[in-house]
This record gives sequence, structure tokens and C-alpha cells, in this order.
Amino acid sequence: MGARKDGRSVLQRWLPHPLLSAVLVLLWMLLQNSFTAGGFVLGAILGLAIPILTSAFWPDRPPVRAYGKAMSYLLLVAWDVIVANLQVARLILFCPVRSLNTRWVTVPLQIRSPEAITVLAATITMTPGTVSSDLSADGRSLLVHCLDAPDAEEAVRQMTTRYEARLREIFP
Amino acid sequence: MPFVLELAVSLLIVIGAVFMLVGSLGMVKLPDLMSRLHAPTKATTLGVGGALIASMLYFLGTDGALSIHEVLITFFLFLTAPVTAHLVAKAHLHAQGGAGLPPTGGGCGWSTFESTPETAASESPSSHNKG
Repeated sequence: MGARKDGRSVLQRWLPHPLLSAVLVLLWMLLQNSFTAGGFVLGAILGLAIPILTSAFWPDRPPVRAYGKAMSYLLLVAWDVIVANLQVARLILFCPVRSLNTRWVTVPLQIRSPEAITVLAATITMTPGTVSSDLSADGRSLLVHCLDAPDAEEAVRQMTTRYEARLREIFP
Repeated sequence: MPFVLELAVSLLIVIGAVFMLVGSLGMVKLPDLMSRLHAPTKATTLGVGGALIASMLYFLGTDGALSIHEVLITFFLFLTAPVTAHLVAKAHLHAQGGAGLPPTGGGCGWSTFESTPETAASESPSSHNKG
């Protein structure tokens, strides 16, 4: 746990992830669906205890640099999810199975931080006709399955420019 | 509840149900596991989303208060759907033994079949913390 690492202040040891604590308290309050003092105290206890107990899994804070850009990224992904739904629905309903160009593609990665790669992989799974399936052993390319990709290079280019470029700005 | 709100709620429920149906249809129609994986991860998110927005509007109309639980359900759904899809895909890769996969373009293979090389381990811990 955090206590093993030298050079950590008391605050860092007992509050390893302030943002995670805040999100946990907020989530707890939202689950209650009503504001009571007792609920808030319990939420605060959970918000303090869970980050300390799980800090072995995240020794470092996620290096998010631009929260504004992260929000606009979320909106972009939400919009793309809706478009993805319509496209996949059209493929399922109106395209004969034989005409689908189902294929694997390899997406070379420039981002290196595990958090950024996780977000990119999740985004690719949620958006148009693509499911990310595996990471190369050295963490430098992502294996993606495309439901309908007539042009493999075009599909890779879109994932790189649309999502990875934005993530590179969010995570340094 | 005003008529307009009732209409909006019914419309959203129908839209959601249609997308759920399309998702289930995809499971029947598509030929192999990896293609079938696309149907539940996509079409279902909008299906559930439609039902959840309808639920929010309904409780806004009857109780007059905004219900936040639906936002949380969406949040958890978006967190868990990619992880589930990834697990299914990884199990499928193991069952197939890696046949028909493209090359990684780097020095080593896919992490399902190869362990992390020592040099890259310090720089980018890879497979175990991927979503």
C-alpha cells in the first residue's frame, strides 16, 4: 500500500486520490436520491476508505491534464455512440451478411499511459462497428475487430485522428 | 401528466424497444462470435438509454422531481459494457488459439499469448490494467 513508498506526505497517504473520493461521495449521495446528514457521513467514510484500501491498484494519480477537453471528449463519444447505434442497426437490418467486410485491424498506439489506453480501448468498443480485443505485449498496438470495414487503413486512420489525438491532449 | 410528456415517454420507450430488438436480431443473424459481439455492445446501449430517459421524464411528470438514478445506471453501463466485451473477446481469442490475427507491427505478439517483455514493463505496464 501507499505506506511502503517513501517520500509520501501524510495527506497523500490518507487521501491518495482526492478526485476519486469526491466522486465516490457524489455517487453515494446520488444513489440515496435524497440528501440526509447521515447519508453524507456514510458517503464520506466510504469515500475515504475505498481509495485507501484500493490504493495498491493505483499507486499514481491518473495524469489528466485538461479536464475541459475531457468533458468535450465525453460529449463527442456520447454523440458517436448514438451514431454507432444507428449504423450498426442499419447493418443488421438491411445488409446481407455476405456483403459485410468483417476484419481484424491493428491500431498502432502513440499514447503510453495505461489510463489513456484503457479509455481509448473502451471508446473503440462503444463506437461505430468496432470492438477492441487485445493489446500487444509491449503495449504499442491495439487489436480491433471491425464489423464492416471496406478499407482497413481508413478505419485505423479514423480511430487515430478522432480519438487518440484528443486523448494525447488530455493525458500527457 | 400532460399529454405531450406522455407522448414523449411512449416514443422513447418504443425507440428503446426497437433498438433492443435490433440488437437481439443481430445475435441471430450475424455468423460468428466476434461479429455477434458488436450487436449487444452497441444497439443495446441506445435501447437501454431510451428506456432510462423515458423513466426520467415519467418521474419528472408524476413526482415533479428529477430522478438521478437513471444517470447512474447509464454511467455504470458505459463503464461495464466495454469490459464485458473485452473479456468475451479475450476468451474467444484463447479458444481460437490466435488463428487469423494480424501481426502487431511491433517486436512481440498479442498480450493474450505473450507475456510483457522486460524492457517495456517498466515503461508501460500493459495487459493487466487494460479496460
